Amino acid sequence: MQQQEKASLDHLFRPASVSAKEPEKISRPPLTAFQDSFRRLRKNRAAIVSLIILILLGVLAIIGPWMTSYTYYDTDYSAVYKAPNADHWLGTDKFGRDQWARIWEGTRISLLIAVLAAVLDLVIGVAYGAISALVGGRVDNVMQRIVEIIIGIPSLIIIILLMMVMEPGIMTIMLAMVITGWVNMARLVRAQILKLKEQEYVLAARSLGASNTQIILKHLIPNTIGIIVINTMFTIPSAIFTEAFLSFIGLGLQEPMASLGVLIHDGYQAINTQYHLLLYPAIVIIAIMVTFNILGDGLRDALDPRMRK
Amino acid sequence: MNKLLEVRDLEVSFSTYVGEVKAVRGVSLELDKGETLAIVGESGSGKSVTSKSLMRLLPSPMARIKNGEILFEGRDVAKLSEKEMQDIRGAEISMIFQDPMTSLNPTMTVGKQIDEVILKHQKVSKAEAAKRSVELLALVGIPQPETRYKQYPHQMSGGMRQRVVIAMALACNPKILIADEPTTALDVTIQAQILDLMRDLQEKTGTAIILITHDLGVVANMASRVAVMYAGKIVEVGTVDEIFYQPKHPYTMGLLASMPKLHMQEEQLMAIPGTPPDLLDPPKGCGFASRCPYALEICLSYQPEHMRCSDTHQAACWLLDERAPKMDDTVGWRERSLT
Amino acid sequence: MKRYIGMRLVYLLITLFVITTATFFLMKQLPGTPFDEEKLNRLPVEERQLLYASYGLDQPVYVQYVRYLANVVQGDFGTSFTYKNMPVKDIIANRIGPSALIGLQAVVLGLSIGLILGIIAAYRHNSAWDYFTMFIAVLGVSVPNFVLAALLQYYVGLKWGLLPVAFWDSYENSILPSVALSVGVVAIIARFARNEMLEVLQQDYITTAKAKGLTNMAVVMRHAVRNSLIPVVTILGPIVVNLLTGSLVIENIFGVPGIGSLFVDSIKMNDYSTIMGITIFYSAFYVFIMLIVDMLYSVIDPRIRLASGGE
Repeated sequence: MQQQEKASLDHLFRPASVSAKEPEKISRPPLTAFQDSFRRLRKNRAAIVSLIILILLGVLAIIGPWMTSYTYYDTDYSAVYKAPNADHWLGTDKFGRDQWARIWEGTRISLLIAVLAAVLDLVIGVAYGAISALVGGRVDNVMQRIVEIIIGIPSLIIIILLMMVMEPGIMTIMLAMVITGWVNMARLVRAQILKLKEQEYVLAARSLGASNTQIILKHLIPNTIGIIVINTMFTIPSAIFTEAFLSFIGLGLQEPMASLGVLIHDGYQAINTQYHLLLYPAIVIIAIMVTFNILGDGLRDALDPRMRK
Repeated sequence: MNKLLEVRDLEVSFSTYVGEVKAVRGVSLELDKGETLAIVGESGSGKSVTSKSLMRLLPSPMARIKNGEILFEGRDVAKLSEKEMQDIRGAEISMIFQDPMTSLNPTMTVGKQIDEVILKHQKVSKAEAAKRSVELLALVGIPQPETRYKQYPHQMSGGMRQRVVIAMALACNPKILIADEPTTALDVTIQAQILDLMRDLQEKTGTAIILITHDLGVVANMASRVAVMYAGKIVEVGTVDEIFYQPKHPYTMGLLASMPKLHMQEEQLMAIPGTPPDLLDPPKGCGFASRCPYALEICLSYQPEHMRCSDTHQAACWLLDERAPKMDDTVGWRERSLT
Repeated sequence: MKRYIGMRLVYLLITLFVITTATFFLMKQLPGTPFDEEKLNRLPVEERQLLYASYGLDQPVYVQYVRYLANVVQGDFGTSFTYKNMPVKDIIANRIGPSALIGLQAVVLGLSIGLILGIIAAYRHNSAWDYFTMFIAVLGVSVPNFVLAALLQYYVGLKWGLLPVAFWDSYENSILPSVALSVGVVAIIARFARNEMLEVLQQDYITTAKAKGLTNMAVVMRHAVRNSLIPVVTILGPIVVNLLTGSLVIENIFGVPGIGSLFVDSIKMNDYSTIMGITIFYSAFYVFIMLIVDMLYSVIDPRIRLASGGE
């Protein structure tokens, strides 16, 4: 049997015609960094589920208040402290305001504040960090001394003081958070750019005659975006937390405005009798925080090339 | 049964993101008492994985031994319990790693790190272990061993640290010492010192050495026998003289041709064209076929068996089959067809 | 090293100066006065001025500022507006005890649980325990501590009646606030310790240790845990911040007579001098902890210790 098989191979003992290009072929198709990251993110089931929940919450924040005939500010003293029912899906508060409308209005405001604050942090932080790192020298030195002083300030305390001084409102909360918040982004961006500037491939590009603009566009920006995205993903939940915290200690938005913090504060006041007033906004805020954090983690894993296998 | 170590048909796979990488695909090896066997090959050929699997130090659960036996003094290491394995590691078989900068714990004094292995395997007091550690440091040629004993790794140079690693590996007089690229990370002058030290110590202790390297110079210096690995398989094995002067496998020939020689006339070094195959999806036939200048059609679809060239010399290549056309030793068929 | 500490101290002082200045001028911008407007209006003009003068409020702002700075340097934060004639520093001193108690308990609890969770999670990477730990870690940083405190108060305190939730008259009163405060610490530590440990477990020296024949336990305890604990010191900073902010609401919720609840009460009462006093006290505490953390790190890690010692 084996003998037979051996004999049948006889005709194969002649030189193979392998094409000369063959050995240099790369056997796996190349992926761009972005495709690769996206593929990895897609494989992260928790992150994808988080993204879906977040989108759902975002959609509800937009259309939620219109799904019911009640508004978030109309009071109805004949229907205070109603438990969730067919009419008021999530019940009513001490003024008879519809909780469904208030929760989604609050979610919208909270998200708005957080996203705006994160975007402002991003713009200021990236600009500051990039200028500091790219210009270097004395400018960098002075800018870094300023950062070091701000970083030493416990930001929440300063935010509280600002909130006491300024007119309460969305803008105030946002600005108060941005005043100290951008520093983190600035540090990260500066550190990343400084690190990249020393990388061999940037030196290689420079030695090949690439201009500063080319280096910034081709190497520095693409390799810094990851860090910026990740940091922003974590800034948003922490801004949501800060807003809720301020509202909870009575420094946030004024009635009848709603934010998740205001709702939790009101719910806490009525905790002994009207448990649902605390429960639902708490669930929403926890859901937002959890999903942002998981998504942020997922993005970090996906964008971190060291994890690449 | 006088073989110290016998590896039969070892297969090791890594499960990764994209699939199963077959890093070692049926390796068989033998090691006698006191001899030095070199395993050579380029990076990714599976030589390090083979050596790590001998000590069962592969990262679990990603890597696993899928098949084969590793008989150490007749016992199959692959089937031992973790507890039994621990008694072998460091005492019967020990290992030296490539980079002395990272292979020592930075927050523990080197003395403590040597003590540890002695205390684990020998019934001695802490004071005796410390005394033995200092002796070992002296043995591997570290001046002022008492002072060095109390130092942290970062206070020593790379060569010094590698000496510490060697002292640690030899602390319990192991029967086999696996040295995984022991000199790659060191300066050339230090390399020679470390190799001399290893040879010296081998003479004194009679330890068998498995030397993993891609440096043929180191092989010529140290080894008595050589196994050449390519794409997870051993393609040729023989004594140093056989491998260096009568290589039978085209890969070995290519490897030798790519080595710079002192009295070389030609200006150019020979490079082997192409890259090793992807072990996610290993080729059906010989792993080297796509790069081999002498490839036959059979090489593309059938794995060659090991063929005997002498009592000590074997190679896995279809060219050694009596049906194969005779190889003339200057140009491969491919070049000929191209020109 | 000395030079470094010197530099850090200079920064610390500048930071504190900036905070003090910012606080002072912000407080000056505040609408309203710390006094009850209605009662104030009923006072005769002279008496009103006398009242202002007794707090130095009749002077130009810059005079008040310089005087305030000089006083702060001497450790004098002025007198409280709400607690008549009580020096702010005495009020703060009286409130430190409860805050320190729940703060320390939270740190000890958070550190021990966090480390145990994190280390086992890394050791059993990708196991159910690992997933559980990561779940706890994400939840811990995601659930706002005041929401958690409110829920604890409702369930453990009111519904099940297991522990007291208000007043401050026995040790049991400190349990719930400490637990609520520690959750954030558990989350931060568990995640950090896990990641550090995973990193360390990949190091070559861990393979070396295994190659010596050490048991898994010995490898983990002697080589891995030790080396992954060192960097945990570096995140004490965020933890302190977490505790400080946490203490503000949690003390308030559970009625702990600490500095946090004093701060929140002062905000509600417009008690400027107390607010300023606590702000400066908190900030000083914060920057000081940061300095200690940095120095501690260089003491613990032999690489840094000896590198700087050798210079």
